[in-house]
Amino acid sequence: MPSGVLVFAEPTEDGKLAPVAAELLGAASRLGGPVVAALLGSGVEPLAKDCAAFGASKVIVVDDPILADYQGDAYLPVAERICKEADAAVVLFGQTMVGRDLAPRLAQRLGTAVAMDCVGLEMNDGKLVAERPAYGGSARARYTINGTPQIATVRAKAQEPLARDDSRQAEIVKQAAGVNPEAVRTRVIDRRKEKAVGVRLEDAKVVVSGGRGIGGPEGFQPLEELAQVLGGAVGASRAVCDLGWYPVATQIGLTGKIVTPDLYIAVGISGASQHMAGISQVKNIVAINKDPEAGIFKSSRYAIVGDWKEIIPAFLEKVRELKAS
Amino acid sequence: MPHIICCVKQVPDPETPASQFKVDEAAKKVLPIPGIQPVPSQFDTIGVEAALRIKDKIADATITIVSAGPDPFRDTIKHCLAMGADEGVHINDPAVAGADHWATAEVLAAAIQKLAPYDLIITGRQAVDWDMGVVGSTLAEILGIPIVTLAKDIQYQDGKVTVERVLPDGFETVEAPTPAVVTVSNELGEPRYPQLRQIMMAAKKEVRALTLSDLGLDGVKNRTNLEALFVPETKVETEFIDGETSQEKAERLAVRLREVKLI
Repeated sequence: MPSGVLVFAEPTEDGKLAPVAAELLGAASRLGGPVVAALLGSGVEPLAKDCAAFGASKVIVVDDPILADYQGDAYLPVAERICKEADAAVVLFGQTMVGRDLAPRLAQRLGTAVAMDCVGLEMNDGKLVAERPAYGGSARARYTINGTPQIATVRAKAQEPLARDDSRQAEIVKQAAGVNPEAVRTRVIDRRKEKAVGVRLEDAKVVVSGGRGIGGPEGFQPLEELAQVLGGAVGASRAVCDLGWYPVATQIGLTGKIVTPDLYIAVGISGASQHMAGISQVKNIVAINKDPEAGIFKSSRYAIVGDWKEIIPAFLEKVRELKAS
Repeated sequence: MPHIICCVKQVPDPETPASQFKVDEAAKKVLPIPGIQPVPSQFDTIGVEAALRIKDKIADATITIVSAGPDPFRDTIKHCLAMGADEGVHINDPAVAGADHWATAEVLAAAIQKLAPYDLIITGRQAVDWDMGVVGSTLAEILGIPIVTLAKDIQYQDGKVTVERVLPDGFETVEAPTPAVVTVSNELGEPRYPQLRQIMMAAKKEVRALTLSDLGLDGVKNRTNLEALFVPETKVETEFIDGETSQEKAERLAVRLREVKLI
């Protein structure tokens, strides 16, 4: 009888336990049964004690140079073997680059299914009920899974970790990867970091964003000025990028970037589902729109009905004054 | 001459206002908005764009569109043909309506096997309705071929694909032997828009209709159950900033945001 939860815990690039791994271990502890962590990678063994401190009672460590950089074909047989041995009822991944790539393939290999990008997890009568956003965040869907194990990937910051307790002990089991390099069909030729110009949209604490209501490419200049004063970045709606008013790389939404600033200032944006999908996790949306019926007001914390051409310059001036005082 | 198969899906138009989005909680279905036509899922048309870019360089490449869904899905296949794809295959069977992601992948895989030989299978990284992002990976596992996800560029040459894929903080270049599955991300760029002449030509092209029994399948087998579907409560209380003039509103907004330490 499968029981407990197996968590695939990932390291960060600089060799620490990823925050989402601690969150998964917290979620696993709340779901019930023994919590087993699996650590795959190269040089990951020291993280076993972190897994214990965050709630794992057993840690399976597969520390092997072949797992240094993620490749699905190398990770998949290891993950499959660990799942079969652990015989857990539930298997959790982070909704990370690795989780997105590995979990669906693993589910198919094990003849089961995976609920992707979950924000809520609970056990109901021995079954995992996984809640996840759909339709770009407009809807929430709850799933159960017929196969075993029941797999879910979990969105970062959706679950609380347990408080770190270094007195917690775990049984640590070291395993060889046992991956045949010939079986890895893909080959990574090159990996490179993107050079960010100014503040990256994904990292920005403030995003000033323009929509069709801006009226033309020249309308973005005051928005850029405002973003600069606020130490933020400028985004755009899909309509604006389609019209060629602003670069496609700045598009926010379902088929663009997903942003999580503390403050999002939406100027001349009506609030299509496409756009809202990119800002569904933002708590403080300020909407400036001349249409009092604009859908975006419904999701906004602060709102002004009016002409942005008059409002933005006055707002900018006042912000400058307040910042100087 | 490479054979590229693109899997596409039709979805409710995501450009409609979020405030008009409604679900029937009892039926666990999204309610169609009157007067708004469904559209091809955008990541899937980006996949067709990726295939067309290969065909732009290798003129004898053949692109086949495969889609599983009810009658209106034919419009989505026609759209892809108008973009420049060569053939369309429509798996139209009442049983498909209830298919989950895994059942859909089984159906698509059966159709793809019928269309063999193939060199490249391209899907969107996810459909823009359920956002699950599992069908491409599942297809690769069913077919027993390699997969590269989240492509922003695909180069094909003799038995090999070179894919530039999107990482959270950059890019990587990955090579895989073909046949292979590649899923595409929005970083690949905008899909081309069909010209009138192409739309008229596509209208004349035949879309091959198949049922599950044509594919040797008797029904679909779901692995997941949709237990509930609802619109999450937005607990946002909107504070409208008012004033006699635009200037006054703007200044009050700045002061308010300063008070709550957002600026």
